[in-house]
Amino acid sequence: MKARTRSALIWLAGTLTPLMGFVVYAWRPAIAPLEANAPGQFAQAAINRGAQLAALGNCATCHTAYGGAMYSGGRKLATAFGNIYSTNITPEAQTGIGKWSLEAFQRAMRQGVDREGRHLYPAFPYDHFTLVTDADNAALYAFLMTRKPVRARTPENELSFPLNVRMVIAGWKLLFLHTGPYDNAATQDVTWNRGAYLVNGLAHCGGCHTPRNDFGAENSQRFSGADAEGWHAFAIDSRAHTHEAWTADSLYAYLRHGWQEQHGDAYGPMASVVQNLAVATDEDLRAISIYMASRIDGQPAPAAAAARPPEPPQSEDTGAQVYAATCQNCHDGSRPLPFGGVRLTLSTAVTGESATNLINIILHGLNPAEVSTGAMMPGFGHTLTDAQLESLVSYIRSAQASRPAWADVDTTVRAARSRDHD
Amino acid sequence: MIELDVNGRTHQVTADPDTPLLYVLRDDLELNGAKFGCGLGQCGACTVLVDGIATLSCVTPILLLAGRQITTVEALGTAAKPGPLQRAFVEEQAAQCGYCTAGMMMRAQALLQQNLFASEEEIRAHMEPNLCRCGTHFRILRAIRRAAKIMLGEHSAGQSRAEPSPPLESNTDITRRPAHSERRERPER
Repeated sequence: MKARTRSALIWLAGTLTPLMGFVVYAWRPAIAPLEANAPGQFAQAAINRGAQLAALGNCATCHTAYGGAMYSGGRKLATAFGNIYSTNITPEAQTGIGKWSLEAFQRAMRQGVDREGRHLYPAFPYDHFTLVTDADNAALYAFLMTRKPVRARTPENELSFPLNVRMVIAGWKLLFLHTGPYDNAATQDVTWNRGAYLVNGLAHCGGCHTPRNDFGAENSQRFSGADAEGWHAFAIDSRAHTHEAWTADSLYAYLRHGWQEQHGDAYGPMASVVQNLAVATDEDLRAISIYMASRIDGQPAPAAAAARPPEPPQSEDTGAQVYAATCQNCHDGSRPLPFGGVRLTLSTAVTGESATNLINIILHGLNPAEVSTGAMMPGFGHTLTDAQLESLVSYIRSAQASRPAWADVDTTVRAARSRDHD
Repeated sequence: MIELDVNGRTHQVTADPDTPLLYVLRDDLELNGAKFGCGLGQCGACTVLVDGIATLSCVTPILLLAGRQITTVEALGTAAKPGPLQRAFVEEQAAQCGYCTAGMMMRAQALLQQNLFASEEEIRAHMEPNLCRCGTHFRILRAIRRAAKIMLGEHSAGQSRAEPSPPLESNTDITRRPAHSERRERPER
């Protein structure tokens, strides 16, 4: 009996000590609330810079619900682990960040911890924001604290145990959080380093373009392409499957205007990214383009990628018939982008790894309300049957891509049909 | 030869399968309600219903439409007996040049067939693809709200579509069901 008690005690101590150690490790104090937010204290230059940085960070997209007030949060982010609702980051005292000091804001960006000391879920991409400098954080803070305060309580997250225990996130950070600051690459110039700092930090491009592991952390295959929000975020490294190689100039044009004639349009989640970039400076967009072009450099040349010649259209093939009747008029016409359709041989939606984007676009089109700057296209989801759509997608791939057929067109069509495009 | 079901009538159409539905409607079937606006599916003037869903007929080849139910503005009523949407557009004077009107009515018809209690937000989101270059959007929105009320009145009173309904207050909140008393004023059959 005594022996059993002793072993139980040892077991308990063996369990509790690390647990207590973890709690001590994970515990974060609250940071004293601001007495009152004084928007007048911020210099206009800092506010303006903050606005440009917030655009690069794409903050508005996640922190604004559909039809909601800017930055007032409440947008549902569906993750593999459950639904997370973005927070209100307007300077409202009760429901927003009105009581947050700069110190509290910077801690959230660097450590993923809110003012009260609670760990934030990494849906908030602080795994990138750790790189953001003090000066940029101060500018972002100045911008956010001078927005219109909006009282908006956001819905509770829908996560199951143990993920609903926020302290668990401290363990995630222990494993996956890369801390800053950004280390300048000595072999590269200032502009390249600026681009690398922005892309891997505030702009968090890897959030969509890098695959994630089982714990939802980005894996080491940086920029190799991943599925996100019902779309495929294409590979933007040397694995990029584009007909024309990206250059710094074409990337710049694409990010600046939302479309580029040799590549096509920004759509899906990338459309709102580009929309936000409208207020970003040319200098920052150039730096991002130069850095990304260097990452993409080394992709197979278009000629080498052409493993086999395009198949000639088979007139009895349903896909060829639907293409000729429905798509050809715009996509093989003489009107250039953005007034006509992109040549499908150039489109990454056709040459890329996944059929998802091509199917989404055929189903829903490019909606001008979502794609503010580029081409628009009506959707054909209602008039095409699943069988017609599958034939069409397979035909376009075989005729226009010079790449192997997609294996799972039927399941991709069904998944796209069933997805709630909210 | 493709068989098209338009406004409840079956037509044998000899046009090429890649012919846009709009051309067949206007040139072959002489249903000139749907208009050619941009020809690119960007303005909505050519909107008709296919199986009850608003569809841009200028970019929809008839190849895709065999066996589908096509409805054009001509099916909503006539000048002598206008349907609820047509009546509402007249009563609200929701047209200036009128070129977009048929498309607007058909897109609105698609919504109201699904949901007579569509909110202002739902109506606006639904009507978003259709453009009016004269700028009568606010009158068009009013006309859609009015049409919903006319249809609701008919539904509750069991009247036929062509019978005129009494004038309605335009300042009532149509996003809510009409009060019971409002509905009871209508004669029972």
